[in-house]
Amino acid sequence: MAKSKMLQTAERGAATLKKAPHERYIEAFRWMWLARVLEEKLASLYRGGMITGGVYLGRGQEAVSAACGMFLDKSKGDVFAPLIRDQAGRSAFGEPLIDVARTYLGSRLGPMRGRDGNIHRGRPLDNQLAMISHLGAMVSVITGKLLAKRMKGEKGFVGLTTIGDGGMQTGATHEGMNIAAVERVPLVVVATNNHYSYSTPNDRTFACADLVDRAKGYGYEGYNVDGTDLAACLDVIETAVKRARAGRPPQLVVASTLRLAGHGEHDDASYVTEEIKREPFAQDALMRTEKFIVEQELLDRDALQQMRAEIAAEVDEAVATAQQEDAPHASDEEWCGLSTRSLMDQFA
Amino acid sequence: MVRTFDALTDGSIRVSVTYLEAIREAQAHVLENDERVFIYGQDIAGKFGGAFKATKGLAERFPGRVLNTPISEDAMVGTAIGAALEGMRPIVEMQFADFSSIALNQILNNAGTHYYRTNVPVPITVRLPSGGTKGSGPFHSQSMEGLYSHYPGVIVMTPATVEDAYTMLIDAVAIDDPVVYCEHKYLYYHLKADALPKEKMPIGQARIVRPGRDLTIVSYSAMLHESLAVAKQLSAEGYEIEVVDLRTVKPLDTNTVLASVARTGRLLCVGEAFPWGGVTAEVIARVASEGFHLLDAAPGRVNAKDTPIPYHPNLWSEHRPNAKTIAAKARQILAE
Repeated sequence: MAKSKMLQTAERGAATLKKAPHERYIEAFRWMWLARVLEEKLASLYRGGMITGGVYLGRGQEAVSAACGMFLDKSKGDVFAPLIRDQAGRSAFGEPLIDVARTYLGSRLGPMRGRDGNIHRGRPLDNQLAMISHLGAMVSVITGKLLAKRMKGEKGFVGLTTIGDGGMQTGATHEGMNIAAVERVPLVVVATNNHYSYSTPNDRTFACADLVDRAKGYGYEGYNVDGTDLAACLDVIETAVKRARAGRPPQLVVASTLRLAGHGEHDDASYVTEEIKREPFAQDALMRTEKFIVEQELLDRDALQQMRAEIAAEVDEAVATAQQEDAPHASDEEWCGLSTRSLMDQFA
Repeated sequence: MVRTFDALTDGSIRVSVTYLEAIREAQAHVLENDERVFIYGQDIAGKFGGAFKATKGLAERFPGRVLNTPISEDAMVGTAIGAALEGMRPIVEMQFADFSSIALNQILNNAGTHYYRTNVPVPITVRLPSGGTKGSGPFHSQSMEGLYSHYPGVIVMTPATVEDAYTMLIDAVAIDDPVVYCEHKYLYYHLKADALPKEKMPIGQARIVRPGRDLTIVSYSAMLHESLAVAKQLSAEGYEIEVVDLRTVKPLDTNTVLASVARTGRLLCVGEAFPWGGVTAEVIARVASEGFHLLDAAPGRVNAKDTPIPYHPNLWSEHRPNAKTIAAKARQILAE
């Protein structure tokens, strides 16, 4: 496949940084920082036994995830179907911090009301879909959202969903990516190859030279991007979103990173080799971005300090609020899996 | 009664309507009356109109609303879920119920959990051409109602009559929750009614098809008709068999079944699905649990055999319950 101009732009990496609009870059950095601080807090609560169930971090993937959320516009009817490591993108798309805190801490006031936890949270009526654990299932669901919008006569909307090197291998992802192209819906699929599908490295996960090669097979336009390079992520994902919105075929962006955490906080990731940690894609995108901001004096130290303090306060407030809220009680749970109450099966 | 069916492409006057035509008419009705409805499935559009012609003529009559899909059962249902979340009322046609195994994840883990998890229901209808026909073999004959009923969050319909096939499909589309609609392929052409119904029974309510006093046979879908044949046969021997059509297997109308067993004191459940667990086991478990004192004899059941569904008619006709095996079991219970 001929490399597009955009791909070449992405590959230039650092060279594009200076061209990136500063405000956008700083905004993305803020979402990345927010995600990191929030997730550190969640990890700490988990270690302290305050969170039941899993905690799944996006550490190392904040640049690509933030970019995923930033170019979607709810006022245009855009839809986001995030996955496991998308805190930055979820926040950038507009998910309130309190939703995260309430879901992880099991508050009955959260969007999932204690019925589902952690990363499964969503607000489907607000165009943020609620993922299930079965990877690839949401690719066709977001396709259906976009298809229905077109049937209803809406225009100018776009959908974005994320997947990983592991999730790219499921039958559901294959069916979903294909049907999106057949329906020619305005979809962007961002696949982050963080080099481990839980504990399994790429060589036992796929055998094609590069996941982006699949774009051609599906009838997508495809791009690689260095997932540790924020400016490149912003450029590539912005362009992919614009192209999908303009009626081009679905877009596949493959970002390269290393997962800088376990699969979940229960996992020490001892299987991650020392060798792979020295790869360029193993850089910490957040640290790389901060270093650039300091070096280029995009923000002075006081402004950085203030931003950190604000974010820490926001996170603390959300967590403290959720911690004070009531948990769900089995005795007043409705135990009803249907909205049509009259059709609930009556068990003795 | 003479009646014109608008959706029949030849526009001819029909004096009767088949089970299959009722399904087609119900879809024409919802497409006509509800702009949120579209049909999504394999080979259903164009002049072809589906492997069983259940959508024949509908694509031409409702342009852009009867859409062919790739052979992607998972993505067909996933797309329907997404469309339903956007306010549509999609009907998914599986080409055969058997292939819905590929979509189990979307139907049960995605659609079936969605309302409980998020408070947002998923109004999809998944049509499953179900059950055995001669020569169809292991992958084009399955009855999956028990499997879907096992999971929470879905309604499972198993219409046994032309009238129910029509009204229940219209109801399925109107219901805010996911509905698995099991239409029996054997009934497609075999079953005829004079006309489409003007009235309907509520969803979730079983029907006493034939009153009796000696034994209750609980059944649904195509097995209802085998059970009725047995009731007629045993009537000649002096037994009056009460036959209950469950209509929906989930929700299961336990009250109607218990009331019938209270009259007869004996229970036989007949289902075409595999024997381990399933609808017949559930009915017996409920009656044993809530109506043990009503029983004058041990309840029995007749299901398919616990092997894949054989191809050859000689084997198939004995694999599924039939009037002979049902009658034998009925006599055994009556003799107790």
